[in-house]
Amino acid sequence: MSRLKAALAALALVSTPALAGKTLDAIKAKGQIACGVSTGVIGFSAADSQGQWKGLDVDVCKALAAAVLGDANKVRWVPLNSQQRFTALQSGEVDILSRNTTWSLTRDAALGLHFTAVTYYDGQGFLVARKSKVTSAKQLKNAEICVQSGTTTEKNLSDYFRTQGIKVKPVVFEKFEPSIKAFFSGRCQAYTTDASALAFIRTKEAPNPDDYVVLPEIISKEPLGPAVRRGDDEWFAVVKWTINALIEAEELGITQAKVDSLKASPDPAVQRFLGVGEDLGKSLGLDREWAARAVKAVGNYGEIFNRNVGADSPLKLPRGLNAQWNKGGILYAPPLR
Amino acid sequence: MAAGRTASRAAQALILAVVVGLLALLVTTTADHLQQRGIRSGFDFLLEPAGFSIGESLLPVEAEDSTLRAFAAGLLNTLRVALPGALLATLIGVLAGFGRLADNPLVRGLASAYVNAFRNIPLLLQLLAWYFLLTDLLPATDAALRVAPGVFLSKSGLALPWWVDGALEIPEPGGFGIDGGARLTPEYLAILLGLTFYSAAYIAETLRGAVEALPPGQRLSALALGMTPRQAFVLVLLPQAWRAALPPVTSQLLNLFKNASLAVAIGYPDLVSVAGTSLNQTGRAIECLAIVIAVYLLLSLLAAALSHRLEQRALRGQAA
Repeated sequence: MSRLKAALAALALVSTPALAGKTLDAIKAKGQIACGVSTGVIGFSAADSQGQWKGLDVDVCKALAAAVLGDANKVRWVPLNSQQRFTALQSGEVDILSRNTTWSLTRDAALGLHFTAVTYYDGQGFLVARKSKVTSAKQLKNAEICVQSGTTTEKNLSDYFRTQGIKVKPVVFEKFEPSIKAFFSGRCQAYTTDASALAFIRTKEAPNPDDYVVLPEIISKEPLGPAVRRGDDEWFAVVKWTINALIEAEELGITQAKVDSLKASPDPAVQRFLGVGEDLGKSLGLDREWAARAVKAVGNYGEIFNRNVGADSPLKLPRGLNAQWNKGGILYAPPLR
Repeated sequence: MAAGRTASRAAQALILAVVVGLLALLVTTTADHLQQRGIRSGFDFLLEPAGFSIGESLLPVEAEDSTLRAFAAGLLNTLRVALPGALLATLIGVLAGFGRLADNPLVRGLASAYVNAFRNIPLLLQLLAWYFLLTDLLPATDAALRVAPGVFLSKSGLALPWWVDGALEIPEPGGFGIDGGARLTPEYLAILLGLTFYSAAYIAETLRGAVEALPPGQRLSALALGMTPRQAFVLVLLPQAWRAALPPVTSQLLNLFKNASLAVAIGYPDLVSVAGTSLNQTGRAIECLAIVIAVYLLLSLLAAALSHRLEQRALRGQAA
């Protein structure tokens, strides 16, 4: 009997959770950041034909690896579907969830995680066939709407049409491909998801992009950003301030190409950023050149945006809300000082 | 002898205690860990508003209805596919099984072609194929095909007259396609067809095997008694084969019920689909999965008990 007790005790010991906190130390010891990404959302996180991960969410993890470990390639990519993502972060399988995930109260407060900062302000919209002559979401009474499961999309859809006093029928698919295939075959009168994804679906997946239009209504706020586990304020601060640094770099005009030459800049804000003057990294548990390395690895926020989802990408999304606060957007990094 | 039995009883009791203990440990440790990590847990979310609506359901679900109601609607949708599917699969399986045994080479060839094709392609692929076939081939919703008065076929499915609030409602073309009446959507038709033809192929093969496993003397004796080959098959071979085939056929029907959980792949709101959406709304991963597991386990055990009683009855029939 005592042997049984010992066995049970051993089992309980084995199943005790890894201690929360000190994620940063563990990452430095491992020499690698485990980054949870999507299973493939072009522009945000997707593996290219060579198996290299590309996208805005991917660049956030690369910037972190550069800031913390000095090498943007020291990232272990963990592709997660929408049902796995929170569990993977909660259980410690990944150190950061950088996977086009909407920041909301329930997710922030009840899932044992903390959102760090917004990396993309999105909103939910609708795609319809041009020949349906629908020009507003308010005309979608009794329409069937194709939607991919596992996001806040279904809830927004219900909320919006309830407010409008209109009934619609969602046709909910588990996977992306069948959902858009069904829509383009004419099964549904509309397709709904985040506006950034709609742009991609229309230009890349439609048989003929001109046959489809994105409706003007944006029915929800979808601030997307990385999340970390609760209980480790140091790591939380590192992620939050690395993202702030990428945004601040754009505002200060620090680009990937000019990081090194700007070290001679007389501007104190630029000097602080690049670690020439004050050592801002120290209070984060990093060295003085952390922010400079992040920008040197992936560029500032504007460069990341353009390369992955903006003008230099196939998606060609406008900056919109994601422009700097002094350029008509709402991107506003607290000062690095 | 008695001492041996007592020792074996004690061993069994001990094993049971260990299993129960481990399960209890698993549950309490998981609950502890969830709490330590600041993750809300519990089943209270079932009574809160679901926050999403279900497009196709016998039990209407709107966003303000409870999550419990959404789960019930999902379960009803699963049963709405599984029960007719089981009936149709048995019917087609029996026909195809006879076809495999037929003397006519054309019938035999067709039946084996069907069985081999459907048994050897993964079910998920078959479901997707049925679904895309239906959505591609059917006419657009604004150009619905009028099959019969009040019966329309289009990409939004088969619209039929149906009793709504005590009166027969005839479907008619409306804003987006067809309004009114009852609707069998392409998602429903695809999952029903996919499950039926997949399971029927296995049932056919089981029946063929059961008939062929009978001693050849059975058929020869029946023929010697002056029965026609057809009489020999129906009166002598089939009743015996059926008894042998009953357990594997019922287990195949159970598989059909469990395979209905693939419905989410083609947009049919079954129990698994509803659980997946709830999981995403609430973040209660363990709870949502536990509900699905419990429901499937419970219904499967019920069906197994039922089939066991059927077998017992069949065996008694044999003895008498």
